[in-house]
Amino acid sequence: MDDEKEITVSSKKFRFKSIIAFSVFIILIVAGIFAWKWLRHQPEVAGAQKPLRKGLALNEKVFSKTLNDKHLAKTYPLSAAAKNVRLNGFVGLKSKLDSSWKLQVIRSAGDTLFISLDDIKALPKTEITFDFKCIEGWSQISHWGGVKFSDFAEHYKLGLQTQMNYVGLSTPDKNYYVGIDMASMMHPQTILAYEMNDKELPPKHGYPLRLIIPVKYGIKSLKRIGTIYFSNTPPPDYWYERGYDYYSGL
Amino acid sequence: MPESSSGSKMKKVVKKHPLAIRWFHWINFPLLGVMIWSGMLIYWANDIYRIGWGDKTILKFFPNSFYKALNIPFRLAEGMRFHFVFMWLFAINGFTYVLYLIFSKEWKYVFPSKRSFKEAWIVVLHDLHLTKKIPVQKKYNAAQKIAYTLVIFMGLGSVLTGLSIYKPVQFGTLTNLLGGYEWARIEHFTLTILFTLFFVIHIVQVILAGWNNFQSMVTGLFILKEKKNNVAPALVTAKEPVMENENRETVSSIEEENTNEEIFTDDKNDEKE
Repeated sequence: MDDEKEITVSSKKFRFKSIIAFSVFIILIVAGIFAWKWLRHQPEVAGAQKPLRKGLALNEKVFSKTLNDKHLAKTYPLSAAAKNVRLNGFVGLKSKLDSSWKLQVIRSAGDTLFISLDDIKALPKTEITFDFKCIEGWSQISHWGGVKFSDFAEHYKLGLQTQMNYVGLSTPDKNYYVGIDMASMMHPQTILAYEMNDKELPPKHGYPLRLIIPVKYGIKSLKRIGTIYFSNTPPPDYWYERGYDYYSGL
Repeated sequence: MPESSSGSKMKKVVKKHPLAIRWFHWINFPLLGVMIWSGMLIYWANDIYRIGWGDKTILKFFPNSFYKALNIPFRLAEGMRFHFVFMWLFAINGFTYVLYLIFSKEWKYVFPSKRSFKEAWIVVLHDLHLTKKIPVQKKYNAAQKIAYTLVIFMGLGSVLTGLSIYKPVQFGTLTNLLGGYEWARIEHFTLTILFTLFFVIHIVQVILAGWNNFQSMVTGLFILKEKKNNVAPALVTAKEPVMENENRETVSSIEEENTNEEIFTDDKNDEKE
């Protein structure tokens, strides 16, 4: 408690100390205001100030370390699933769906697999009831059925492709597209879904096939998959281009 | 420093706020501001909370006029990137502040003791002019201690509830402990409201406490008394910007009451929150 002792100083000395302290104080306030303005007006990368993009990249570095196949999104009994499943976002669904739809998996340039819905349904089925989380802040427990992406990759011998860093997905009309890091894509709860509440996917929920990826916000759960491809660099991502975090992991 | 003060005025001061605490405090101020502002940009995208029952709503968080005035709508992406970058600075500043409190033993002035909870009532009643009793005060009075300690736990709570909604899969255990994803979001929001209430009361109290108190958060030095060395006492009264309700009898009663423990009450009974 020594520093709490009374001391006597001359008014002159006190005034001197005050002036120093307040000068520093005011300089800091001004510096803070300038730093803030500087940050707000930094050149943008995909709709976000560069330094903040760097910050988000750092976050990804830190929190991609916590991602592993044992950290699972909480699952619920089927009875907890909503009957009225919330809809949000129709980008990529507005064009007419080609009746001869087949999933295109680009293994490499000039080597594309065309896979029918029936072929996908013939693969081992995985069901999940989890709390679907929208980046807007709402969440809803919903039930989905389909094939685990890791099972799918194994069946179609995509071993080489899944060694790459990213998977890109886009709708048939290419209007909506996402990029996803491989670890999240190969997570055991990531599925290519063709059922919702035990029924065929409704068109607005992404018929014939959509992604369900519980370790990401809903923006990454692309509906009506047209093409899947692989890349070592981040594939284009619709919401990233509009200022959101690329990783968007949960 | 050499004594240059032959016959000049002297001030009796006490080193109230250590330099480190002043830095933590003034750094935290804009950081908390950015966190609350960016938090509102995020909250807007799903602004479902209200106070009310059934169809009756007393207060909606937040009214449209409020959003408009602060230019909040349609800035979710911006809010998220600011929130998730500044969270580091906010958490690091808060964490080092707590470490500092512990290792410098400053916590002794901040953490409440058992009797603080009784004494805090006297502070409240005194502030509302409902009692003439003067609260005991060392560096901080009982109500301040409770408030300043509570706010540390609120900060911790904000970090934990924040983490649990930021990465609810990776920190699923934490999210579960907090009652699940939606409850954790409510808790995170409630803590923010409490922070803003703390802020409002804090500002009001700082204004009421007056200049000496405020400047001590910048200079570190709290003025106890103006002393003259053989100089006519004409200027004394104007020197100290005294609080509105200061009265001499309270001061003397404190001085009698005791000891070097209460040196901070000398001319100032009014600082709290």
